Amino acid sequence: MRELQGIYVLWLRDLKRYVRARSRLFGSLGMPFFFLIFFSLGFRRAHIPSLTISYTDFLAPGIIAMVILFTSVFSGVSVVWDRQFGFLREIMVAPISRTAIALGRILGGATTAVLQGWLMLLASLAVGFSPNPIGLFPAALFMVLLAIAFTGVGIAFSTLMRDVHGFQIIINFFIFPVFLLSGAVFPVKELGFVAPLAMLNPMSYGVDGIRWSLTGYSEISPFFDFFVLFTFSLAIVLIASYLFKRTEV
Amino acid sequence: MAAILVENLTKSFNGFKAVDSINLEVSEGEVFGLLGPNGAGKTTTIKILVTLLKPTSGKAFVAGYDVVKRAEEVRKRIGVVFQEPTLDLELTAVENLDFHGRLYGMDGRSRRRRIKEVLELVGLEDKANVLVKNFSGGMQRRLEIARGLMHEPEILFLDEPTLGLDVQTRRRIWEYIESLKESGVTVVITTHYIEEAERLCDRVAIIDLGRIIAIGSPNKLRKLVGGDLITLEVDGNVNFSDFNISIAEKVTVRNGIVEMTVKNGEEAIPLIIESLQSKGVKIKSVSLRRPTLEDVFVSLTGRRIRDEGEEWKFWLRMRRR
Repeated sequence: MRELQGIYVLWLRDLKRYVRARSRLFGSLGMPFFFLIFFSLGFRRAHIPSLTISYTDFLAPGIIAMVILFTSVFSGVSVVWDRQFGFLREIMVAPISRTAIALGRILGGATTAVLQGWLMLLASLAVGFSPNPIGLFPAALFMVLLAIAFTGVGIAFSTLMRDVHGFQIIINFFIFPVFLLSGAVFPVKELGFVAPLAMLNPMSYGVDGIRWSLTGYSEISPFFDFFVLFTFSLAIVLIASYLFKRTEV
Repeated sequence: MAAILVENLTKSFNGFKAVDSINLEVSEGEVFGLLGPNGAGKTTTIKILVTLLKPTSGKAFVAGYDVVKRAEEVRKRIGVVFQEPTLDLELTAVENLDFHGRLYGMDGRSRRRRIKEVLELVGLEDKANVLVKNFSGGMQRRLEIARGLMHEPEILFLDEPTLGLDVQTRRRIWEYIESLKESGVTVVITTHYIEEAERLCDRVAIIDLGRIIAIGSPNKLRKLVGGDLITLEVDGNVNFSDFNISIAEKVTVRNGIVEMTVKNGEEAIPLIIESLQSKGVKIKSVSLRRPTLEDVFVSLTGRRIRDEGEEWKFWLRMRRR
């Protein structure tokens, strides 16, 4: 079916661009990696009452989720580059539905985000992270859902941006708060009365799901994590497709 | 069936009428031009015809389908080359073409065959596997034309195809477009280059401020302005009466230079020469100046089409990327 071909080729394009931009690929892993090393080093003697595993084991899944968050939002927002450089017009003028275009981009962006997440996972082994090998499968599932969710968010943002300058606002006022309020770096419980905010954050469920898969430690139930993430991903894919349909090139 | 049918098409942006109730019809296989200054509404019209913009009112049918109601059917049958580059710079030429072919539902064998064909058509075979970001502006434009033809569309839209290109590349692109006539593709070109419209188009619609002010073949449009001008250099003493030839609408004689305004210059020249020679007038040289579409535009609007400043601005914009 032509629509499936279209989704495939958009996905393929995203992948090709990802693999070719070697400096971006490894460069973007730098910051989270240093986070991981130095935070786990610096906090190794900090005592967090609610924590039952080592801080490194606690932090690593959070950092993996961080990589997925950043990569997927950027992938989604990169649609603005296509708009600014005109490539989006080529896609919009083709006989492929707007929904398929949105889907192709979401899958492409999510794939690159998950690949980055896996690279981060590998890198974290070098820092002393010891994940439960059986957990790799459910972890992958949570990673995929998280990636789809935030690529969708990125695409939704892209429909509201005219050019790439909005990036700054998105990084500082969206990505960072979402990351910091998700239990990635410290248990959500410790947030006290602000904890409910974290419960509204889809990222929290992704972090918790990945962490549970790899370490067995969970603040929320893994089934609830899955349910929330799945529902959110579905909703965001629909919203992003709708917004995409309404954009003019 | 008309390749394109436009009925009372209007597009307003916040009350500003970019396209104001235009009507036109393009026949299959025709090369049709939309000529007008920047801001006339050419690009907006094209965007509506290629289903990127919805009209405010009126109808447009491309390849027989309504651009609003059956947009997808329209898209299958058209190829578009935009004014700005729309290639993926991070992919190679072949990858760009392959990507396009897949988007249009072409199977593997057709894609491979067609990629070869279109690259040959625009002379880029030896650059097939080069990343597009390493292409010059002219090469990119040629690749865009190749890509627009990749899926063998019924109608090809070219929005300012030679804007910002050097003379050599411009001429090559004109040759490609001319060679398209043989394949039966309908071609719609927007341009503000007089020479381009005159050379390539079977018919031209002159558009200004959102309205079509004239449509017809370049020849027919030129006749709107008045006649062709024949200039003769003659030897020796001349009698004004010698030049009182019936087909001449206006004659001026000055210092051995005779100017005659006639209806059809090409047919008039042999008649004039015969007539003058029979009266013993020695003719040193003859030249024919036909009114250009610019003259047509000026006579209809009082303004010129070309604004000298634009091309420079476009070139700057391209460079900054």
